[in-house]
Amino acid sequence: MAKTLTFTPDDKVHAFITTIPEVSYEDGPLSGVTVAIKDNISTRGIETTCASQILKGYIPPYDAHVVTLLKSAGAAIVGKTNMDEFGMGTTTENSSFGPTLNPCDPGRVPGGSSGGSAAAVAAGYCDMALGSDTGGSIRCPAAFCGIVGLKPTYGRVSRYGLIAYANSLEQIGPMAKDVTGVSRLFSVIAGHDKRDSTSVDRPYIHTPNPSVKGLRIGLPEEFFGKGVDPKVADTVKKAVSVLEQAGAEAVPCSMPSMSHALAAYYVICTSEASSNLARFDGIRYGPGGDLRKSWHEEFSDRRQERFGKEVRRRIILGTFSLAAGYFGRYYQKAQTARQMVRDDFARLFGEVDMIAGPTMPSIAFKLREKSDPLQMYLSDILTVPANLAGVPAISVPCGQVEGMPVGLQLIGRHFEDEKVIDTAFAYEQGAV
Amino acid sequence: MVVSEDVRKIAKLADVGVDDREIEEFTSQCSEILTYFEMLDTLPQGATIDRGLVNIFREDEITESLSQEEALRNAAEKEDGFFKAPRVM
Amino acid sequence: MEHDDVIIGLEIHCQLNTRSKLFCGCSTDFRDDEPNTHTCPVCLGLPGSMPVLNKKVIEFAMRVAKALNCSVLKECDFSRKNYFYPDLNKAYQITQYDRPLAEWGKLMIEGEDGERDIRITRIHVEEDPGRSVHMGTTDRGKYTLIDYNRAGVPLIEIVTEPDLKSPKEARRFLNKLRATLEYLNVFDSEKEGSLRVDANISLKGSGRVEVKNISSYKGVEKALTFEITRQRNVIRRGQVVARETRHFVEARGITTSSRSKEEENDYRYFPEPDLMPMQVSDWVEGIVLPELPDARRERFMQQYGCSLEHARTLTGGLKLAEFYEQVAKADPDLAATWTADYLLGELNYRDFSIDAMPIVHFMELIGLLKADTITDKSGVEILRIILDQVKNGEKPEMPASIVNRLGLAKTGGDEITDMVRAVIAENPQPVADYHAGKGPALNFLVGQVMKKCRGRADPGHLNALLREELGKMQDGA
Ligand SMILES: [Zn+2]
Repeated sequence: MAKTLTFTPDDKVHAFITTIPEVSYEDGPLSGVTVAIKDNISTRGIETTCASQILKGYIPPYDAHVVTLLKSAGAAIVGKTNMDEFGMGTTTENSSFGPTLNPCDPGRVPGGSSGGSAAAVAAGYCDMALGSDTGGSIRCPAAFCGIVGLKPTYGRVSRYGLIAYANSLEQIGPMAKDVTGVSRLFSVIAGHDKRDSTSVDRPYIHTPNPSVKGLRIGLPEEFFGKGVDPKVADTVKKAVSVLEQAGAEAVPCSMPSMSHALAAYYVICTSEASSNLARFDGIRYGPGGDLRKSWHEEFSDRRQERFGKEVRRRIILGTFSLAAGYFGRYYQKAQTARQMVRDDFARLFGEVDMIAGPTMPSIAFKLREKSDPLQMYLSDILTVPANLAGVPAISVPCGQVEGMPVGLQLIGRHFEDEKVIDTAFAYEQGAV
Repeated sequence: MVVSEDVRKIAKLADVGVDDREIEEFTSQCSEILTYFEMLDTLPQGATIDRGLVNIFREDEITESLSQEEALRNAAEKEDGFFKAPRVM
Repeated sequence: MEHDDVIIGLEIHCQLNTRSKLFCGCSTDFRDDEPNTHTCPVCLGLPGSMPVLNKKVIEFAMRVAKALNCSVLKECDFSRKNYFYPDLNKAYQITQYDRPLAEWGKLMIEGEDGERDIRITRIHVEEDPGRSVHMGTTDRGKYTLIDYNRAGVPLIEIVTEPDLKSPKEARRFLNKLRATLEYLNVFDSEKEGSLRVDANISLKGSGRVEVKNISSYKGVEKALTFEITRQRNVIRRGQVVARETRHFVEARGITTSSRSKEEENDYRYFPEPDLMPMQVSDWVEGIVLPELPDARRERFMQQYGCSLEHARTLTGGLKLAEFYEQVAKADPDLAATWTADYLLGELNYRDFSIDAMPIVHFMELIGLLKADTITDKSGVEILRIILDQVKNGEKPEMPASIVNRLGLAKTGGDEITDMVRAVIAENPQPVADYHAGKGPALNFLVGQVMKKCRGRADPGHLNALLREELGKMQDGA
C-alpha cells in the first residue's frame, strides 16, 4: 500500500541539494523511515549532481542498486544531500552549491565528503542517510557531527549507480543517529548485485549484540601519535576503557605502513578520478557548450568552467600519476604501499580482533580554516587505511572536545562488519 | 618538483583548462603534493593487489535497452536521433 | 613489385558475433536500426554505471586463441585506455594492455614463396567505440553526430609480428584469418565494418608507417601498395620516410598524413578497477575446435579429388565450403570447376557473396552440364541470367526453364540452326530482299522457321540467329 509523507525541513545548515516535498513509500522493514541520499548516488527521475555544475540538470534514467533496495524496503527517500564536489574533500566546503554547516556549531564544517548526509541526520531532518566513503567520507562527517557511520567491507554493498570517484576504494554505507539505525539501514543495502562485478554475496542479517567479552582490541601507536590532537586521543582512549570494562582487552600495537598510506591513497584516488571524471564532456548529459569551437578547445573550456578547483587539481594530480614518466614512480609504487597496508592489517588481525583509534585527528575545523590542499589531505590519515585494505570501519560518537563531538573508529577484519557493529553497539550501550 | 610547463602539459593531456592566473597556484600546490608522493619511490616495485575475486561473468543474454528518447533525454544538443558534439577535425 | 625489402605487420580488429555487447545486455544487432536505440546506462557511459563481462566473448576469443595456436595467459585482466573522442562514451576504452588473453601463435598462409607461418604476437579483447558522423562544411559550421549503438560491441584485436612481405601476402593473411574466424563461428564477415585493419609498413632501413582505418579486405592490399610506391618515391627523391600515422582514404585509394594529436597521445593505461581478473587458461583443453580451413582443404583433395588450387579456393570461406559440399553430391569435379572458376567470378563481378546463388538452381545447372544437355557457354549464360534476376530482386528462374525458354538445349539449338539454314536455302528471294535492306523480309523468314518448329523457338533468340546466319552469307559474299 503506497502512503505519502511531506518533507519540508527548515534546512538551516544547507544539508540538502534537492528535497522531495511529497514522498511516497511502501510497506516494508523501513516503511516510512525517512532516508536522505548523498547526491552522488543515482536516483531515477531525481536530479543527481555530485554537487558539481558539470552535472547540473542531469536526471538519471535509472536507480542505483541501493536506491532500488531502499524503495522496496519501504523507505521514504526525502532528498539528495550536499557533498564535496564528486566526493573530493573533507569538509563539504567544495560543493559548487555552497558549504554545509555543522549542526553542532554552524561556524564549523560538518566534515566530508558526505557532510550533507551527516548534517541532515544530526540536525534531525531525517532518520537515516546514505553516504559514500572513499577515504573516510562517511566516517569523518559522522565523527564531526556526532552520529554513527559505517564504511562496509569492500564489495558488500553494490556500487552500481554510485558515481565513481575512486572505484577500488569506495563503498556506499549507512549513517544514523545510533548503531541500531546504522544496522537497520545496512541490512537493507548489503548483498550481492550482479551489475557490480566487485560485489560479494554477503548479505547482512544481524541484530547488534553488545557483547565484547574476550575481544582483543589493538591500539596502533600511529593512531595516537604525531599529528593527532592529544585531547582527541585521550577522549578515544577513555572510550576504549569503556569497552575494557565490558570485557574487552586493549593491546598496544603498531602499523608501520601508515607512513606511506596517505601518499598511496592520494595517488590511487586521484589516478582513478582522473579517468572517471573524463567522461563529463557535456555531450550525453550535463549542460552543453559552444558547438562552434573545436572539440578539445570546447571540452577543456567547459571543464574549466564547470569543475571546481579541487576537482581540477585532483584530475591534474591523477593525470601526473598515470602519465608516462611518472607511472612507475607513483601509481605502481602506490600499489606496493597499498599491499603493505593490507599486510599490516593481516598481521594485526592475527593478533587482535579489532583495531581502535580516533576517526579524525581533530574535531571539526572552522569554516575555511584549512586552505592548503596538502594540509587538508593529511587530515585523512586515520581513515584511509581501511579503504586501502577494503576492511570495514565504523565511527561512533565517544564524547566531546571543546563542545564538539569526537568519533571512535573501530576497524575489523574483512566481512566482519557484524563484529564492528557489535563493538560500536557495546560502546554505545556501555557509555550511557 | 614540477614547473608550470609540466602542469600546463598535464592539464592539456587531461583536457582540463587552467588559466594563466591559476597556473602558478596549481604549480606550487602540485609541486608540494608530488614531492610528498615522492616518498613512495623508495618502496620496492611490483606488488599486485589480490582483488579477492576472479572470473566474474554474465551470460550472453539480451536485456532491454533505453528508448532513443530516454537515451537522448539528458543531452543538451541532439539532431535526428544523434548526439551532437563539436567538430573533431 | 619487389618485396624483399618490405616489412608488414597487421593489427586486425574483428567484431565477435555474440548476441549482446561486451559489458552490457544491449543487442549487437543494430545495423538496420535508428541511431541510439541499442544503448543503456553502461554503453552510454552514464555516471554510476558499471561493466559486467560477457562470458561468451571470452569463450569466443579463446576459440580463436586455440585455433591460432596461441598460449593463454594464466591470469589476464582489463585496463583503461584513456583518450578523448566524442564517440568514446566514457573517455576511456576498456581493453587489455599488459596482460592480454593470449600470446604467441601462428597462422599459415600461401606466401610469395610457398607456405609459411605468420607469427601472432597477441590476441586481446576490447570494446568498440560508438560511431561519429562528421557534418558541416565551413570550419565553424562543422560538428559531429554520434551514435552509440556500436559502443560496447565486443572486438578481438589480433596483432601479427612483422612477418608479411607484400600487400598480396597481407591480403592472403586476412582472407585466411577471416575464413578461420568464420569456421569457428565467432565472426560474421558480411556485417559492414565487422573487420578493421591497421597496418604497419616499412621498407628495410626506413621509418615505420602505420596506416589506420582500413575497413575492407581489398582495401588492405590497395593501401599497402600505395604506401610502398609512396615510400619508394620519397626515398628516390633522397628524402627520409617519416615515422608517422596515416589514414587510408578508401574512396581515393590513397593514404594521407593524419597530423592528429593522437600520435603524441599518452594513453595512461591502468587496470580497470570495476572488473576482476580472469583465470581461464584451463578452459583451453575443453575447447573442441571444428574442422579448420587447412584440414578441410586436405579433405576436399582426398574426398572429392579437388586440385590444390580448387581446394584452397573452395575452403576460403565457410559458406563457400559448405555450398561446394552440397553441390559436390551431384558431381564433385563439375562442382569444383563451376563453383571455383565460373560462379565465383560472376559473384565477384557483381560484388555478391555466395548467398546470392540459390543452391537448388546451381545443382540443377550442374545436373544439366553433367547430362551434357547444354554447352559450357550456355551454362555461363544461365548463371548470369540467374544472378541478374537476383540482383533485380526477381524470383530466379530454374536453369531447365531457362534452357527451354531460350532453346539452349544442345540438340535443340542445333535443330533450330538447321531449320534456319533450310529456310534460308528455300527462300532465295526474301533473303535477297533482306540483304537489299527491306526489313519486312526478316519477319517473313522468322515466320517460316516458326512454322517448321511449331513455335518452340524463342522469337528473340530466333531473330538473332537468323541475322547471324544472314550476316555470315553477306560476309562470305
Ligand atoms: Zn548497453
